Amino acid sequence: MSESSALLYSKDHEWVRFEGETAVIGITDYAQHALGDIVYVELPRVGQRFAQFASIGVVESVKSVSELYTPVVGEVIEVNTALESDAGVINRSPQEEGWIIKLRLEGDGGRDQLLDAEAYQRITSDT
Amino acid sequence: MYTPHTPGDIAEMLAVIGVSSLEELLRVPSELLPHGDFSLPQALPEQELIGHFTELAAMNAGAQMRSFLGAGAYRHYVPPVVGALAMRGEFLTSYTPYQAEVSQGYLQAIYEWQTYIALLTGLDIANASVYDGASALVEGVIMAIHATHRRSIVISRAVHPQYRAVLQTYARGVGYRVIEVAIGDDGRTDTADVLAHLGDDVAAVVMQSPNIFGSIDTPGDSCVEQIRASGAVLIGVVAEALSLAVLQEPALWGAEIAVGEAQSFGVPVSYGGPYLGFVAATQAHLRRMPGRLVGRSVDRNGRLAYTLTLQAREQHIRRERASSNICTNQAHCALLATIYLAAVGESGLRDIAVTNLRRRRELMEALTAISGVSLYFTSSTFNEVALRLPHDPQRVLAALAERGILGGVALNQWYPEYPQALLVTATEMTSESDIAAYATALREVLASLGEA
Amino acid sequence: MAHHGPIPLLFETGKSGRARRYVAPMGDAAAELPSEVLRTRLPLPEHSELDVVRHFTRLSQRTFGIDTNFYPLGSCTMKYNPRVNDTLANLPGFRELHPYTPDRYAQGALLVMERLERALSSLFGMAAFTLNPAAGAHGELTALLIARAAFAARGEGEQRTTVIVPDTAHGTNPASAAMLGYRVVSLPSNERGRVSLAALREIVGPTTAVCMMTNPNTLGLFEDEIRAIADTVHAAGGLMYYDGANANALMGNARPGEMGFDLMHLNLHKTFSIPHGGGGAGAGPVGVAASLVPYLPTPVVERTTDGLRLAFDRPQSIGPMRSFWSNFAHMVRALAYVEANGIEGLTRVSQLAVLNANYLRVLLRDVLEVPYDEPCRHEFVASAQRLKKEHGVRALDLAKALLDRGYHAPTMYFPLLVPECLMIEPTETESKETLDAFVEAFCEVIALAQRDPQRLFDAPECTVVGRVDETKAAREPDLRWRER
Repeated sequence: MSESSALLYSKDHEWVRFEGETAVIGITDYAQHALGDIVYVELPRVGQRFAQFASIGVVESVKSVSELYTPVVGEVIEVNTALESDAGVINRSPQEEGWIIKLRLEGDGGRDQLLDAEAYQRITSDT
Repeated sequence: MYTPHTPGDIAEMLAVIGVSSLEELLRVPSELLPHGDFSLPQALPEQELIGHFTELAAMNAGAQMRSFLGAGAYRHYVPPVVGALAMRGEFLTSYTPYQAEVSQGYLQAIYEWQTYIALLTGLDIANASVYDGASALVEGVIMAIHATHRRSIVISRAVHPQYRAVLQTYARGVGYRVIEVAIGDDGRTDTADVLAHLGDDVAAVVMQSPNIFGSIDTPGDSCVEQIRASGAVLIGVVAEALSLAVLQEPALWGAEIAVGEAQSFGVPVSYGGPYLGFVAATQAHLRRMPGRLVGRSVDRNGRLAYTLTLQAREQHIRRERASSNICTNQAHCALLATIYLAAVGESGLRDIAVTNLRRRRELMEALTAISGVSLYFTSSTFNEVALRLPHDPQRVLAALAERGILGGVALNQWYPEYPQALLVTATEMTSESDIAAYATALREVLASLGEA
Repeated sequence: MAHHGPIPLLFETGKSGRARRYVAPMGDAAAELPSEVLRTRLPLPEHSELDVVRHFTRLSQRTFGIDTNFYPLGSCTMKYNPRVNDTLANLPGFRELHPYTPDRYAQGALLVMERLERALSSLFGMAAFTLNPAAGAHGELTALLIARAAFAARGEGEQRTTVIVPDTAHGTNPASAAMLGYRVVSLPSNERGRVSLAALREIVGPTTAVCMMTNPNTLGLFEDEIRAIADTVHAAGGLMYYDGANANALMGNARPGEMGFDLMHLNLHKTFSIPHGGGGAGAGPVGVAASLVPYLPTPVVERTTDGLRLAFDRPQSIGPMRSFWSNFAHMVRALAYVEANGIEGLTRVSQLAVLNANYLRVLLRDVLEVPYDEPCRHEFVASAQRLKKEHGVRALDLAKALLDRGYHAPTMYFPLLVPECLMIEPTETESKETLDAFVEAFCEVIALAQRDPQRLFDAPECTVVGRVDETKAAREPDLRWRER
C-alpha cells in the first residue's frame, strides 16, 4: 500500500493532488485493489460544477460498481479520456496515469475536510 | 411426494445431527405457532392430479374456439422440435449461468438469442431478455432517462394500452412524466403532435409499429431528424415480433432503442405468460443496458468461452439516478425463441410472415364484404386490422362467441373515441374455413342485431 | 459422449435454402405491402432440422442442471422440478388459451389462479395474493409500490422515505427500494447472526416506510425475535415486508402473516418447484395483509354470482405491473405442486429441507468453519477463511474444484457478512446417499487444498472450458455475432 504523502484523501478512498488552482483527482491504491479489475469509468462532463463530496461519476469493476465522489469543490476542466479505451490503467497506476478528473478549485476547495496520508492509512487499516 | 427419505434415513440423519426428532430442528417461539388450520386442497396422487387438471383445462372453451384474437399475444405455429429440445432436462433445470464453466451451452444459446434480436431489429446489441413487452418498454424508457438526464416521455396513444398503463404505474414510483400524443385519422401516430411536444425535458419519443390498430406506424425521416435534433431518444416498440421478418427494421426507421415482445417466436399464448420481452439498442447505450448480457471471452488456456458480463450493473444501488431492478430474465423463453428461429430459418420465417399478411387480407376482404362492416383506417397493416362495425363490438363478440368464434378484441374498451372498433387478427394458424365460418357467423349476428 | 472444442454459432454455419418446411410458401411480401415499408435483408441462417437438433443437443450437454447432479446453491432452492407439472402446463386447454379470451370461456384458467391464490394465502397467513409479478424482484417492486400507495392514502407519502434492510439482505432488496427513490438504511446483525433489535430501535422512526426482511435469514437462522421486530416497526407506523426466498424452510411450521409481516413475495421458481430454466421465467406472487388489498395491481381474480372474472375496476389499485395477467403456465405448475402435496406434503417438504441442511452442516463443520454452529433451517453458511489464511485457497477455488467432481458449486460470497462465504442449501429432494457422496467429494477437495493448493487454483480442469477471463469480457464486450 503506497500512499504518497503529498496528497490529501477523502474517506471514500479518493486522493487529490493540488497543483496551484487545479486539483487532480483519482482513486487510491486501496480502492483499486478492493474493486478488482476496473472495466469502465463513467466520467462527468467538462464544465460541470460539483460541491464537495458530491457524486461525480461511477467506477465499474468486474464485480461491483462504485460511485465516485469529488473530495473538493470545483468545476471540471479535464477528464482522462484515456480511460475510455483502457480503464485498467487505474489498476496499474491509480495515482499517476490513472488520474480521473481535474477540477478548477473554488476557494481552497474544502481542504480542511480531507485526511492526510497518516489519517487515511489509519482508516484503511481499520477496514 | 418428491422427498426420498425413508424412516430409516431420517433416524440415521437425526442421530448424526445429535437431535432426537425433527421437531427439535423446527422449533419456533410459541407465539409463532400457526393459529388455526391451513385450508389447502387435499393432496392427490399423480394419476388423479392429471385427471383433475385435465378437467380444469377442459373448462377453457376458448382454447378450442376459432380465434381471431391478437393485440399483443399471437397464436403461431410452433414446430414440435422446439419443445423437444427446450425441454431437455439440462436446459430446463439449470439456474442462471453464474458458473460459466458448466454453463457454456446455455450461455452460447443466449448469445445466439442476443444476436437474433440484434439482426432482426438492425441494432447493435440486445440483452438476454426481460419479462415481457410492457416491462421492456419501461426498461427502454429508463435507459433514455439515463442517457439524456431528462424526465419526460412522449408516447403515442397508438402504443398498446397495457404497455402505456404499466409505464404509468412505474412513472409514479420511479419519477418520470408521461405525455401522450394523438392518433391521426389514418390510424397512425399524429407526428405533428409528436413534434409539438418535443422540448428540453423530453428524454424519449415512443412509437409502436405495427401499432395497436395493426397499422404500420413509423415516424418518417423528417420527424426522426427533428426528434434527434431535440436530443430525445426514439424508442421503437414491437408487440408482434414476427412483423420484423418482413417490415423495415427499427434501426432503419430511426429507432435508437427497440423494445417489445417476442412471444411470437415459439412461446405459447398460455393465458398471458410467461412471455419474452426484448431490449435492443445502439452501441452508445451499451453501459445502460439493463439485465443480463452474455459475452464472449477466452478461458485461461485461450479457448473460446462464454460468460455473463457487465454484471455489476445489476446489483448496483444508485440512489439519485433511476436504476433498474426489474431485470431478471426469461431465459427459457429466449431459448424457445432461439430454437424456433434456428428451425424456421430466414426463408421459413419470411414464409410464415407472408402467410400472416395473406390471411389478414383474406379475412379483411371476407368481413368487409358484409354490409355495414368497413375498415376503420386505410393504413397498411401486418396481421391485424381495425374494423368498423354497425353495432357495439362487445355485443357482436358475445354473440359470435356463442357461435364458437372469438372474433377479436374490442378497441372501445381503451379508445372511447372509436366506439365501433374491433381488432381482428389472422395468423398462419387461421385457416380458410376459419375465415369462411367467421364471415358466415358475423353476417348472421349483424342481421339479428339489426333486427333487434 | 460430448465432443470438445467450440460449437460453431448458428450464424457461422447454415446455408440458404435449407429451411422451408413448416408452412406452404405463399409468395412475396411485396405482393401484399408497398415496398417502402418492407425490409430488404433478413440475414438469418438456415439449417436442416437435424442440424438444429444436433446444435441444441450439444449445447444442452454443456449445461449443468438439477437433472445432472446435486446443485446446493444457497438461497436458490434447487429442488427437483416434477415433470408432471410441465405436462399439465402444456395441456392444450391451458397452452392455447389467449389472454383476451372472455372470462366465460376461460373459467378453468381463472379457477387455477383462484385456487392457487387461496392456497398461498392460507399457507403464509396473508389476506390475499396477487399472481401478477413475473419474478421475485418484480414482486418486491410491486410490494413497495403498494406500500407507497398505502402511505399516500394516509397522507404520509412525503414523510415515509426510508427502507430498512438487514446487512445480510439480498442485493435486490435495496435495489428495488432505491429504484423508487427510497433511502436505504442498513440494519446490522448481532453476534448471534440475527437482526439486532437494539439497532432497529435506534433506526426506526417516522420516516420509516418499510422494513424488508427474510425469516429464516440469509444465514439460515430463524429470526426468533421477529414479533418484537415487527411490533417495533409497526409502532413507528411502518410496514413489514417478507422476502420469501427462504419460504422453503417454514411451510406448515410458521406463517409470515402471523409473524407480523404486512407484505411478502414468493419465488415460485424456488419454493414451488417451477423450473429455473437457465435463469427464468420465474414468478413472484405478492401477498398482503387485509388493509392493503385495495392497492393490489390489476387485474385481480374475482368471484361473482356468474363465475370468476378478471377485475380491472379497482380504483385504489397501483395499476398493472406487466402485459397481461400472470406467468400463467407457472401458476398451473405451482398449483399442481400444491395439490400433489397438500398441507401434509408441504409441511414435510420444509421439515426435510431443514433435516438435509443440518445433516450437511454437521458433516462439514469439521472441515470448514461454520460461523453460526447451531441448528440451522434450510440452509447454512460456511467459511473458507481459514483455508485462505493457511493455504491461500478461497471459496471461489473450492467451488471450481467441486465443478471438477461433477457438482454445482454452492452460492459464493453471499451474504457479505461472512468472509469467503459458501451458502449451502441442499433442499428436501436429495437423498442421504447424494448428501454423503457430496460430503466425501467436498472433504477430498479440502484435503487437496491443504496438500496441493495449486490444483485448486487451476480448477476446473475437467470441464469443457476453464476459468473464464471476465475482465476481458467486460473491457472488450463481444455480445453478438456480426456479419463480415
